Amino acid sequence: MTVQHWTFLLVGLSFSLYIWVAIASRAASTKEFYVAGGHVSPLANGMATAADWMSAASFLSMPGIIAAAGYDGSVFLMGWTGGYVLLALLLAPYLRKFGKFTVPDFVGDRYDSQSARIVAVVCAIFVSFTYVAGQMRGVGIVFSRFLEVPIDVGVLIGMAIVFIYAVLGGMKGITYTQVAQYCVLIFAFMVPAIFISIMVTGNPIPQLGFGGVDIASGAPLLERLDGLHAQLGFDAYTSGAKSTLDVFCITAALMLGTAGLPHVIVRFYTVPTVRGARISAGWALLFIAVLYTAAPAVAVFARTNLITSLSERPYAEAPDWFRTWESTQLIAFEDHNGDGLMQYVGPHATDADGAPVINELTIDNDIIVLANPEIAGLPNWVIALVAAGGLAAALSTAAGLLLVVSTAVSHDLLKRALKPDISERGELIAARVAAAVAIGIAGYLGINPPGFVAQVVAFAFGLAASSFFPVILLGIFSRRMNRAGAIVGMVTGITFTASYIVWFKLLHPELNAADNWWFGISPEGIGVIGMVINFVSASIVCAFTKAPPAHVQKLIDDIRLPSQ
Amino acid sequence: MLDDLAPLHLGHAMPRLDNRTYWRTNIRYVLTLLALWFLCSFGCGVLAKDWLDQFTLPGTGFPLGFWFAQQGSIYIFVVLIWVYALLMSRLDARLARDGVDVDEGDAQR
Repeated sequence: MTVQHWTFLLVGLSFSLYIWVAIASRAASTKEFYVAGGHVSPLANGMATAADWMSAASFLSMPGIIAAAGYDGSVFLMGWTGGYVLLALLLAPYLRKFGKFTVPDFVGDRYDSQSARIVAVVCAIFVSFTYVAGQMRGVGIVFSRFLEVPIDVGVLIGMAIVFIYAVLGGMKGITYTQVAQYCVLIFAFMVPAIFISIMVTGNPIPQLGFGGVDIASGAPLLERLDGLHAQLGFDAYTSGAKSTLDVFCITAALMLGTAGLPHVIVRFYTVPTVRGARISAGWALLFIAVLYTAAPAVAVFARTNLITSLSERPYAEAPDWFRTWESTQLIAFEDHNGDGLMQYVGPHATDADGAPVINELTIDNDIIVLANPEIAGLPNWVIALVAAGGLAAALSTAAGLLLVVSTAVSHDLLKRALKPDISERGELIAARVAAAVAIGIAGYLGINPPGFVAQVVAFAFGLAASSFFPVILLGIFSRRMNRAGAIVGMVTGITFTASYIVWFKLLHPELNAADNWWFGISPEGIGVIGMVINFVSASIVCAFTKAPPAHVQKLIDDIRLPSQ
Repeated sequence: MLDDLAPLHLGHAMPRLDNRTYWRTNIRYVLTLLALWFLCSFGCGVLAKDWLDQFTLPGTGFPLGFWFAQQGSIYIFVVLIWVYALLMSRLDARLARDGVDVDEGDAQR
């Protein structure tokens, strides 16, 4: 069977599974729609959280980014996992104890303020749409590349699938489809990883293999790769090029952002108990860690394969996969010196006389995961599996985000702010309509992606780190923090972070270089400073205004104790 | 299982656990575990990374700092969350046995 036949088969099978699960778990009440009735087992919630969290970016792009950035790619590995420690120790158990449905719910009740609630709603919606546009695009790309349908049609098919289980099942449907999607995506990621690990190092466990010995040369693999990098004028793979301070700040911003992202936090409302919330975070990170520890291994294998199979080879003798991906323009060769050989070199490359050598190959990061099975010569069904896995990753994240948007509209805005007397039935209808509209907008953004999608992802994390994380943390751990402090904190934190990112990413991209950054901190890492500013300004304002009222003090006491 | 073990470790001489002590113990656990969290990621994986890279992880080809940044810290994160969950389950059980406040809290809900 050809790759395309296999892809149709595997994608078709996995989609039927999701739809079957969705129909079996329809939501009958708002509680089921928002938090799956609060009856999800910690293990199932852990799996669902893992699928929710691991997006098309984690699955398709991250290993490629790490392969290109080497040690600098560690910011994503530590940042996108370390946030779960903060979540599990500082936020999740207390939010579960609080026991309502959303993040704005907590912010609004704890600070006893509608304005704080509305600020939180706006942030939640902005962060979620930013993210979801990228997911829909990912769905479209996988469809177009593997099934040869136009990207737009791919996005529409993805929308239809998400529509079925998000609108019908709400959180309940999403949770159980995410469990299925986790299984599909982790299988799809690990199978090629294991195959390649065996081929390159003889060790079937990729996490160990990449610290092992390279079969081809007999030297430790990482040493060999560092050697290849030095020879070709790239920065050493295991050292990277970013400053230590910048690596520190980006890692911290990603961790704090992860802990503050509403679609992740809301998953911890779905387990029955506080204890369940803590354990569920443990399961979630365990399931995430399987992929996140394999990704840097895949990056190293792919990077080595890529260099050894292309560098200084005659263009005329390029391998078959090179031609396939060349037609998608993800890989391109331009023969600057006209010698017919492919010079793939880094910024420090020089020839024998010390003159700089020009790089002739451009390789898109996304190619690493998508083309890796072909580069390694794996069977067709493995290639098809990667397509099914990429779709599972994109759809599961999109569904989780869309639910946050629909809940923010129907619950936080409609029920808690605008129309408190709305009936249960009316609210459920509103939630479904909001979910459907959100899918429509997400699909539109997927088909007509605004040029700045990639840039605004930094925005989503920076915003979550400088707003949600501190405001929730202070709400739990400080009895004294009051309404005025929280609002001033959120507003200053967001304003500072947003201005810095907008300045360098949208208004003056030409200035976006280490020399112009404050203290050498890139826009990706500035959320940390935003968070500090939030904490400081909130504390100062709080010190000069009066303590929260008695019923809020009681709420704080209440969430600190574990009873069901 | 934890309930069976608790008396062995804590002994009967432990003072009665009230809400205040529960919260203080919780804070102590959180701060200790977060110190480890910081140490393995920002410490070994970022700040001390270059110095640690002169060693390799025994039996492998990993430079130690690089390993912490791309593998070790993630494993440690998983362990930290589980340790916290288990410690707190135990503390919760003690509170449920010793404290009356929890039940009162329940009755009000």
